[in-house]
Amino acid sequence: MSTPTYNVIGTRPVRHDGADKVTGRALYGADLQLARMVHGAILRSPHAHARILRIDTAKAEALPGVFAVVTAADFPPAPADKLVDFGEGETPLSSLRGNILASGKVLYSGHAVAAVAAVNAHVAAEAAALIEVDYEPLPCVLTAPEAMAPGAPILHDHLPNGNIAETVHYEMGDLAAGFAQASLIVERELDTATVHQGYIEPQNATAFWNTDGRIQIWCSTQGSFVARDATAAVLDLPVSHVKVTPMEIGGGFGGKINVYLEPVAALLSKKAGRPVKLVMSRRDVFTGTGPTPGSRVRVKIGVNPEGKITAAQAWLAYEAGAYPGAMVVPGAMTVFACYDIENILIEGYDVVVNKPSTAAYRAPGAPNSALATETVLDEIAEKLGLDPLTLRLRNAAREGTRRADGPRYKRIGCVEVLEAMQASPHYNAPLPGPHCGRGVAIGFWFNVGLPSSATLSVNADGTVNLIEGSTDIGGSRASLAMQAAEVLGLRAEDIHPTIVDTDSVGYTGVTGGSRTTFATGLAVHDAAQLVVEQMKARAARLWAVDQVAFANGVFSSNGHSLSFADLAAQLGSTGGPVSCSATVNPKGVGGSFAGLIVDLHVDPETGKTTVLRVTSVQDAGKAIHPSYVEGQMQGGTAQGLGWALNEEYFMDAAGDMRNGSYLDYRMPTALDLPMIETIIVEVPNPGHPFGVRGVGEANIVPPLPAVANALYRATGKRLNRVPMNPATILGL
Amino acid sequence: MSAKVQVQTTINNEPVEFLCEPRQSLLECLRDIVGLTGTKEGCGDGNCGSCTVKLGDRIVTSCLVLGVEAAGQSITTVEGLAHGNTLHPLQKAFLENAALQCGICTPGFLIAADALLQKHPQPTEEQTRFWLANNLCRCTGYDKIIRAVQAAAHEINANSGAAQ
Repeated sequence: MSTPTYNVIGTRPVRHDGADKVTGRALYGADLQLARMVHGAILRSPHAHARILRIDTAKAEALPGVFAVVTAADFPPAPADKLVDFGEGETPLSSLRGNILASGKVLYSGHAVAAVAAVNAHVAAEAAALIEVDYEPLPCVLTAPEAMAPGAPILHDHLPNGNIAETVHYEMGDLAAGFAQASLIVERELDTATVHQGYIEPQNATAFWNTDGRIQIWCSTQGSFVARDATAAVLDLPVSHVKVTPMEIGGGFGGKINVYLEPVAALLSKKAGRPVKLVMSRRDVFTGTGPTPGSRVRVKIGVNPEGKITAAQAWLAYEAGAYPGAMVVPGAMTVFACYDIENILIEGYDVVVNKPSTAAYRAPGAPNSALATETVLDEIAEKLGLDPLTLRLRNAAREGTRRADGPRYKRIGCVEVLEAMQASPHYNAPLPGPHCGRGVAIGFWFNVGLPSSATLSVNADGTVNLIEGSTDIGGSRASLAMQAAEVLGLRAEDIHPTIVDTDSVGYTGVTGGSRTTFATGLAVHDAAQLVVEQMKARAARLWAVDQVAFANGVFSSNGHSLSFADLAAQLGSTGGPVSCSATVNPKGVGGSFAGLIVDLHVDPETGKTTVLRVTSVQDAGKAIHPSYVEGQMQGGTAQGLGWALNEEYFMDAAGDMRNGSYLDYRMPTALDLPMIETIIVEVPNPGHPFGVRGVGEANIVPPLPAVANALYRATGKRLNRVPMNPATILGL
Repeated sequence: MSAKVQVQTTINNEPVEFLCEPRQSLLECLRDIVGLTGTKEGCGDGNCGSCTVKLGDRIVTSCLVLGVEAAGQSITTVEGLAHGNTLHPLQKAFLENAALQCGICTPGFLIAADALLQKHPQPTEEQTRFWLANNLCRCTGYDKIIRAVQAAAHEINANSGAAQ
């Protein structure tokens, strides 16, 4: 098969929102100013688990400058057992509301209890402090193994199995027979700590409840339609009563899909009769949003003397936080997803604990489980005397491999990623000296489809306006515009992308699941093809011909030819403007594999780890804008290195987070990292016209195990806990 | 609420007068009173660097400076980096090197990097990383930011060399 050649795809134009973002003109959620706008503050629980006996808001309401105070009692009445569904399974409305404003009990330190709107944020904070809440403290439980133990404090009365909200079970082949064929079996159990997505922009929402009953919301969200639907559900309103305008967003990584503030701002606005803006503090972000689950994962793998895996077993327990939904299902689905294995048993447990309710974080659930699988494989490779990548290549998933959760892979790039790692300059370079180690690991993420919509309108000057609804979190305006430009034979800068509110474009799912360049890209592609067809019809009318060809931006027929721009200039006289829309719900999602090679130095006295060299490898399918593909790989790698080496919620026995600031929750700085080399592998996804897979997530999966494996090579120790910080390394 | 104070400053080379409460941070004054929202708040306690501005001849995290402390001083924010419609070489380099993804940390990085290049016109990678270690970015892994700063330094030096 010949490789298609492209004019725009694969080039590196300046992003369309670039000028605004380097000059300070781009408007993020907190930048919004509206006439008569007032400011809110949230009162949060100091207890990890307590019954709310009484809330008295009188003193807060009496403070001069206060416009409104709300609690869970201000939610409109709704049936207690009502379920809501945003396309990813049903959630009880009580859980959704419960995490937004606590009712009856608080379930974690930082749980929102009440909110105030006042003339400015200072007065709002003073008023929030005047709200009196009587609590009856209850015993708390903070880890999954403890919460699963008999006699543990119970968070929710309605869960049938104590604190276990959900179990997942995947079985394939004959596990006992598989282990009986093994000549070597390795089993390890590894824990990971709770970590946060760490986006630099705190959550924010501004709401105005208009006199006609419609609510307008401006916020930083990964999905304006999901924010709309969730807000409407929480407030028990039809979705058409809510309009969400997505502002520029300062990072998300999965953590800005859930709604926290939007319904609260709306309730405050209804009472205040004014627009209300809520912005979280950094401590609120740490204690009230995210994080990603802490976990315990046990993996047992058997191999034959040639290194072929004969059986694999996994047991996973993930902390959901206060409400069900720990991402243990994707953790279980990905635990052996990189390998072709006949005999598998996987059991997973979604366990509620008295920590913030967890949210998605880049390939949610997958790094936790890959940590166990990939470190066990490293140990097996060592014991067999095999190169760790060779061991993986002997077992790598390919087209047709069946995953334990059911599906058979279509065309995938697992082998190609491993081969690129093996051939890389990094893998073939020597280590620099003593106390150094090199580790490798690979990982998988499904990526998702979900609906997307786009509209293209042709301007008389030959440029095209692109209207779309995908929040641009890392250059997607560019990657979408480039796909339109490719179809239309234009330059990337001839396309003008605009992201609009939920009243102004067709339904579009979240910017998440690595789906935007894939799914919204497909909508843009399809809309662009419709534009081409309409433009051809105009040329046919102009030239009085039946057939018109279009290639490289030129329409032609029977010796006639017109450039796109020249034909665009004649639209007015050939029937009027051309504007085409497409909505897609693609099924041809292409999963992505990623690998990491990391070299570390460990100071034997202090246990301090220095990352010396790192190479991220990922199958992009087709890289539309290679710079932003590299950026995703580098960003996911940096987050994974922070997770592996340093990041952690320090919870005291009472369940209070003791490091809820950037000073103490230390994310990697520029000084902590080297340059991050990237190798983009391109195994086109047959489900996308340009082969796009999506690259946002798989890259965060390999760093945890790659670091663990490198630390073993540097220190001789197999550590069983992430973060692998100096204390863990020195065994303190 | 305490009585407001009148503060006279120079912001981005223009005289600016504003009224603020003594408890209001310079960041709050810039964003909510003066209307310069290019400077961002990421943490409110001086640890993320998103609110970095130039105050007099040094860079500060403006969330840790009171608005009243800026009286009589000159301030440079991201809105003051470009010359008219011509981007500063750092702004241009950030775009050409794809050194931003979400962009929320970018204003702080640009101000900090501008101060770096004034002190070290051709910084090494290590100097650049050390200087920018007070600015957190969660999207990029810093690689493209470091490259952009070095590219801007190169361009500034090439241009000043050509001018001599």
